[in-house]
Amino acid sequence: MWAYVVRRLWQMIPTLLGVVLLVFVLFNLFGGDPAYVLAGKISNPEQIDNIRRQLGVDQPYWVQLGIFLKQIVTADFGASWSTNEPVSHILATRLGPSLTLLVPLLIIETLVAVGLALAVAYVRGSLTDRAVMVVCTVGLSISILVYIIVFQYVFAYKLGWFPVQGWGDSFWTNLVRYASLPILIGLVVSIAPNLRLFRTFVLDEINQDYVRTARAKGVSENRIMWVHVLRNASIPIITHVMAALPGLLIGAFLLERFFSIPGIGREVILAVERSDFPVIKALTVYVAVATMVVNLLADLMYKAVDPRVQLE
Amino acid sequence: MNDTGTHSLIRPALAPRAVAHTVSPGLWVLAWRRLRRDRLAMVSLAIVLAFIAMMILSGLGLIARDWTREVGVNYAPPTFVGPDATEAAPAPAATAPGPAAAAPPPVTGDWEAEVVDPIGDVIAELRGAPKPDSGNTATPPAAAAAPGQDDTGFVDPLADVMREIEAARRGAKSPPPPPGGTGAAAVDPLADVMRDIEAERGAAAAEHGSTRRATLPFGADKWGRDVIAKTIKGSETSIFVGIAAAFVATLIGTVLGAFAGYYGRWVDDALNWFYSIFSSIPYLLLILAVAAVLQHKGTMTIVLILGLTGWTGVFRLIRAEYLKHKGREYVQAADAIGASNARRMYRHIFPNVSHVVLVQLSILVVAFIKSEVILSFLGFGVPVDVVSWGSMLNEAQNELLLGKWWQLVAAGVSMALLVTAFSLFTDALRDALDPKLRGSEGS
Repeated sequence: MWAYVVRRLWQMIPTLLGVVLLVFVLFNLFGGDPAYVLAGKISNPEQIDNIRRQLGVDQPYWVQLGIFLKQIVTADFGASWSTNEPVSHILATRLGPSLTLLVPLLIIETLVAVGLALAVAYVRGSLTDRAVMVVCTVGLSISILVYIIVFQYVFAYKLGWFPVQGWGDSFWTNLVRYASLPILIGLVVSIAPNLRLFRTFVLDEINQDYVRTARAKGVSENRIMWVHVLRNASIPIITHVMAALPGLLIGAFLLERFFSIPGIGREVILAVERSDFPVIKALTVYVAVATMVVNLLADLMYKAVDPRVQLE
Repeated sequence: MNDTGTHSLIRPALAPRAVAHTVSPGLWVLAWRRLRRDRLAMVSLAIVLAFIAMMILSGLGLIARDWTREVGVNYAPPTFVGPDATEAAPAPAATAPGPAAAAPPPVTGDWEAEVVDPIGDVIAELRGAPKPDSGNTATPPAAAAAPGQDDTGFVDPLADVMREIEAARRGAKSPPPPPGGTGAAAVDPLADVMRDIEAERGAAAAEHGSTRRATLPFGADKWGRDVIAKTIKGSETSIFVGIAAAFVATLIGTVLGAFAGYYGRWVDDALNWFYSIFSSIPYLLLILAVAAVLQHKGTMTIVLILGLTGWTGVFRLIRAEYLKHKGREYVQAADAIGASNARRMYRHIFPNVSHVVLVQLSILVVAFIKSEVILSFLGFGVPVDVVSWGSMLNEAQNELLLGKWWQLVAAGVSMALLVTAFSLFTDALRDALDPKLRGSEGS
């Protein structure tokens, strides 16, 4: 077990180096001269030289790469180009709002989708099943933008049930007052694909022999669905949910943007709008690390759920 | 074409001419027959083909060529709604009789008066001039609005507008008479402002001449451009980007996947390393990072962004297929008759995995259309003088606050229709090409 974890961590190093290289090539080679971005409209050659020296972009590429690696290891990416706020501070303060929005969303969404999937799969082939699937397919096709625009307009703006946008300092105010409409929209958008997927996972299990055996020995239908089937179907479901976890770090870009939630996703959009490279670079590298760690955790979790799984 | 590699290899040598006629139908013929029986699939295919035909016609300039012409009055409503009461009558709108759907409710009238200005300012600033000759200002809306307004990092470009709107709405709500009830009392404080704006609008309309129509079949946008023509033009952009980017991504994924699966060993290791890099960065973050670097805006840029970042799924599947096929007898036979590696990879194995490629291509088109819409909405996609569903939705967001819903509906519904049809067709295509998979929907 520990040998496995150590080996997996060891294997992450080349991938991580690759990510660093990709980000470096993207931003330092293709990104254009940051001095011109920073100097703005008053492009005084002296000033540009100054900025170049300050950022280290007048050095040869291998020195720049060294600087970048040092920044990653020491978690000190310097300051944002547009607000002069330290990048590490940006990341630390933007994480909270993103998690406030997305952790409840992920939990509710998974519980609702699993419950519905079990119910729909139980009556598979019936009119209810087909109707739900049609609604899911059509619901999936509508752009998330349309959902957000319409929901924000109707529920926040017209009916005034929720604030149109905003964010406070208290966690509970944020969760109850500001995050509830974004979470609701997130649910509407994500239930359809999850339900479709989880339904097939449940359907794969529902025709297995062990279900027939359980029925034959008189296990109640509820117990069959919620204990026998769910336990087996949970393996692919966990895979899917774990795959969604790194998304938590990115936040829901669009939800955060529309509702002015000061989270990571909105920060990324702002950074791209302002060509604020340090912020994007730092985020990309750290999110990649987090993704790899989460993938490892996911594999360890299979083992916990399904003892047959061999970690190799 | 419609044969497996085994057939094309053996038939000339072993099978006499007479027997060749009884050769069983190939994969594609069988798949097409299965698809033909699926009525839903055929309807979806017809819709998809209609959209593609529209894209081609519009691309050739046969339809919707002069979508930039301002044929209607500003925000001309759809014909079936009837002319806008506030446009038609210079008198205060709240009391003007008119079709129920067209006359805005009192509250709407209120904040409309408050709100027209802030948004107008922002847009006027973005366009450079209030009366657009064409949309060739170079700055994307979002990028232009952001740096000016917030240096501290927290204020959304729209926040000011929204706050004003909020304030106006609260103001309208707080007086004793509730909004839905007697309109006259609630409207009074702002009626003057309203009348001014109406007068201004009337003057503006007169200035443009009387050739502009009061209503259009599906309404007009802020500058009086026909929403139907605009939607057709927007569909052209979005569908083109989706299809072109899907081809780029599928090509990259297929070639790399074939190399990795076929050659194995260090080629496989190297390409897998490359794959793990791209797949460990969340897709949307990767797209935005590339968009941040490529400052040049253009339709081809967005095709490249999506294509260069979206190949990983195809790579994984094609690599697995090549791993599976390279040991099969027909490949060994090809080896025995001296076929080169390239010939074995592309002439022998490829036809046997091409159905996987086709299904992936189809899945990617839908995914990329959705991505393009989001990118263009955020202002990282197509340039401002090109219209796409995403940029239409961006405009529609502000328009909805003024009660002008038609552009939102036009862009949203046409996109939903195409995406639904394309997804259903993709499902049917996968079932038809690989009946063993029928019913399983794991993407």
